[in-house]
Formats: sequence, structure tokens, C-alpha cells
Amino acid sequence: MYTQAMDIPDDSGKKLAAVSNAPSDREAAFEARIDADGRIEPQDWMPEAYRRTLVRQISQHAHSEIVGMLPEGNWISRAPSLKRKAILIAKVQDEGGHGLYLYSAAETLGTSRDQMLEGLHSGKAKYSSIFNYPTLNWADVGVIGWLVDGAAIMNQVPLCRCSYGPYARAMVRVCKEESFHQRQGYEALLVMMKGTDEQRAMVQDAVNRYWWKCLAMFGPPDADSPHSAQGMRWGIKRISNDDLRQKFIDATVPQAKVLGVTLPDPDLKWNEARGHYDYGQIDWAEFWNTVEGNGPCNKERLATRVKAHNDGQWVRDAAQAYARKQKERALKEAA
Amino acid sequence: MSTPIDYLLHLADNAVVLGQRNAEWCGHGPILEEDMALANVSLDLIGQARLLYQRAAELMGGDATEDKLAYFRGPHEFRNYTLLELPHHGALVGYAAADRDYATTIVRNFLYSALMVHVWDGLQQSADPSLAAIAAKSLKETSYHLHHSRDWLVRMGDGTEESHARAQAAVNHLMPYTEEFWTTSPAEGAAVAAKVAIDVWALRPAWDALVNDALAEATLTRPNFHGYVTEGKVGLHSEHLSYLLGEMQGLARAHPGATW
Repeated sequence: MYTQAMDIPDDSGKKLAAVSNAPSDREAAFEARIDADGRIEPQDWMPEAYRRTLVRQISQHAHSEIVGMLPEGNWISRAPSLKRKAILIAKVQDEGGHGLYLYSAAETLGTSRDQMLEGLHSGKAKYSSIFNYPTLNWADVGVIGWLVDGAAIMNQVPLCRCSYGPYARAMVRVCKEESFHQRQGYEALLVMMKGTDEQRAMVQDAVNRYWWKCLAMFGPPDADSPHSAQGMRWGIKRISNDDLRQKFIDATVPQAKVLGVTLPDPDLKWNEARGHYDYGQIDWAEFWNTVEGNGPCNKERLATRVKAHNDGQWVRDAAQAYARKQKERALKEAA
Repeated sequence: MSTPIDYLLHLADNAVVLGQRNAEWCGHGPILEEDMALANVSLDLIGQARLLYQRAAELMGGDATEDKLAYFRGPHEFRNYTLLELPHHGALVGYAAADRDYATTIVRNFLYSALMVHVWDGLQQSADPSLAAIAAKSLKETSYHLHHSRDWLVRMGDGTEESHARAQAAVNHLMPYTEEFWTTSPAEGAAVAAKVAIDVWALRPAWDALVNDALAEATLTRPNFHGYVTEGKVGLHSEHLSYLLGEMQGLARAHPGATW
């Protein structure tokens, strides 16, 4: 799973700010590679602003994967069948794996995982705001798979062609797994919709709560998107927020029909002239308020990550102390 | 020859209860890699439980299913070792709240997997071919669980002063519960008589050797045992199991007959 359009400004990259002294031929070579749709690799020269943007974007993405483990993890202990429990554990574990690839991809840009975690824990770095909403019934798990992962896929597939090689390659694998999650989520909902009235009500309730939040995941309208133009220029962003959002809506409406749920937007209707669905107004004030830390679960999510990290300090210390001792022993033996 | 069902339930309940406990770390691990490792252990255990419940349900016939066995039996019907239902912290009553302690988690996984590698190995020769097949699969998984938990046990024991103290406290807390491994329940007795199960008592020297070797490498001390031998495998549990099952079974029980 993942994140809103990853051009949400945050403070995490400020320390990296530096003026490039690179000769102009390096810059020209970089621009030429970008223009030719080539890949930039870790050893290549790159403008500091490109590096900073990527670190911000990839770490936001990684943090989203890790924080995103919490709302779904909320239902592991209560999954209503052993099969669904196993599917959910495997899914949440996949999200952790995505976090690992992405932290590794960002590390190739010269920022350590510890630095990135410090950014998350101090509140400087953002993560996807969708995870600041609670998971209130079991159907939320299926709806997150179907809609949240579905929206993530729309955002992420273009990133497989991102100009930065390690990120693009990580995204290929991430996208495969996300597609699988989306199908699993949808399948779980299909089973519930064929079940009891209570099960159907759970699905509709979850859709009602998540639909608008998912539309907001694509980020602010293009006119208000501060980093989009530069991101497009650098091949970090390929399709605009509004275009992706429209693509998602167009793909999802028929799926909702098959499922038998109502999408909670009275303005949602097919526009023959545009060849797309029209949709209602997204509540951007609520979105920004949540991004800024005032959503229903921001404090719980962040505090839980910080607690896990702090509580685990002694375990990490033990591993390092043991490794040090082993090294010393090996040296002594060799002497 | 039909497998004594209660013995299958003992194996399945062990797996589901410890799987449920390990999954509690999901999203809260001390480092991302460990978060994933414990999720993996949990997945393996839930997978083992499913196969064992499915086999038990097949033998029971009627409307028995894996989920009926996992979700619609009460604590007194569960046949798992008491060790496996304990929360991830030291000795406290059922309704006490405490932080999860990774040393407790690791020591428990170690003590249990050190037993189960031998149990699954022996069960590959079970007279019940389904159980033998489950054992072969489970042996591979459990060997990994043993490897993982033993590595961490040694790191903790021979790590820092704090990690050593925590690991020793966990060993002191949990070791007495392993005495339950060596008693024979009626279900185990019947399964051994039917050549479906192996005599766990015979595994004790091998388990002792594995445990003593790891504790020595971890610079930890094995406590002497004196006191109460737990009886979870005959349905007499700690206060902790009903909380675990209450949480695990609540949603399924609120919708009896629903398909998920």
C-alpha cells in the first residue's frame, strides 16, 4: 500500500540543502539523460534538488508503508477465519517488505535509514494521510485492499518508469504485490457481499468512510500542486494528480457496480462529452488538516511507531554489542 | 487407522495460539526486519494450524471445519501448552497490562521450536499419512524458527548487560512451563499407542542438549525446576488464554454461520 501523490511538502529534506558546484557539462549530461528518458543511477552526478526531492518522495513512500501496517494490523488478531488471518498477516508483511526496499532505495542517495526514521519520528517527514483514519470494521481491510491499494497502484505504476533507477526497480516489485493485494481485497468484499445483511452493511460502511479519502490520496488539484511541474520535468512524476484521480474513478465505478455497493457521491455520473465520470467536491480543508497532524489517528500512529522504535533500542543494541564481540573474538583468534 | 483427534487438536491449538501471539508484534517489532521475521513465523504457525484442523475436521466428519475448531471452542476445550498462551512479558495476572518484551517472545519461540523440530521429525513416520505429510512441511518451517530464535537468544544473552538480564529473566520465567512437555496426556497416550504420535518423553535428552548448548553459548543459566507443572494440554489453562481467544474469536462468534 502506499501514499498520496508524493509531492506533499515536508521539512525532512532541509538539512540536505546545498548549492551545487558541479560543472555545467555534468548538469548538461544529466539533463540530456533525463530528456532521453534514461535512468539516473546512484553513482551518477545529479543536482542536489533532484536528490533532495527523491529522498523526500521515497522516504515518504517508505514511511507510508510502515505506518500503513498499523491500520490493517489492527484486525490481524480478530480476523474472522484462519484463511483471512493468514492473508492479512502476509499482506501486512508485504507492506513491511515494501518499506525495506524503499528505505534501501533512498539509502542509495546518501541518507541512512536512521536519518529517515528520525524524520518520521520527529514529525518532520510526512506519510500518506490515508493511514490517519481508523479501521472500524473488518470490511475496512478489504476496502483498503480494493480502494487504497487500487489508488496506490494508479500512482505507482508510472513510478516504475521513474528516472531514478533504484526507485523504479523497487516499484516494479511493489506494484506486482499491490495488484495482488487489490485483488485479494476485492475478493474478500465479494464474499462478504454474498453473505449476510450485516456483512453487506459492513462493506458499505467501510466504502462510505474511505471513498473520499482515497480520492484525496492523489494529492491536491494540479493547479495547487507545488512540486508537480519540476517532478514532471525530472521524470519523477509522470502523470498529473488530477489525471490519475480521474483514471482511478473511471476504473472503480464499474467495480463498485459488480460488488453491489454505492459510492457515496451524488454527483458521480458518466459524462458522455468528456468520456469520463464527473465527481463531486473533495474536502481539501479536511485533507490538509489531517496532513498537518490533526486527523483522527495521527497522534496514535506516530506515537506507536516511536514507541516500537524506542522499546526496540535494547534489542538493536544487543545485536550490535554481540556483533562487536564476535569480531573481537575473531581478531583474537587470528592473532 | 484413524488419528486420535484430540492429539491433532493439541498440535493445532499449539500452532494457532503461538501464531496469534507472534502476530501481536506485527507493526511493533524492534526493527523492521524482525517485524517481518515474526510475521513469517506467525504465518507458518497459522498455516500448520489450518492443516491440522482440516485433518481433524475431516476425521470428525459432520459439520466440523477448521474455523469451527479454531473459533467456536472455548478455552477449556483448547489443548495447547500453557507456555504458548502467555503474554509477551513476565509473570503477571490475566488482566494486568504490560509492555511486550522481545526477550520473552524469543525465549518462548526458542523453547517451543527446540521441541517441535524433534516432534515433527518423528511424526514424519506417523501411521497417519496426512499427519506425516504435515510434519514434513512443518519441520522445514520449524527449523527456521529455531534458527531465528536461537540466534537472537545468543545475541541477547551475550549482548549488553540489559539484554542479558532480560534474556535471563525470560528464561527464568518460561523454563518452568516446559515441564508440561514431559507429562503424558490421555490424548498423547492414545496417539502413541496407535503409532500416530511419538513418545515426547523420549525426546527429552535431545531437547535438553539443544537448550543447554544454546544457553551456554548465550552465557545464560538454566534455572532449577521446582513447583507447579502446567496442564494446558488437558484443558486447564492460565488466566491468559481466555483473553487471547476472546479477542481472536469475537468477530467470528458475533456472526455465526457467516462465510468470510
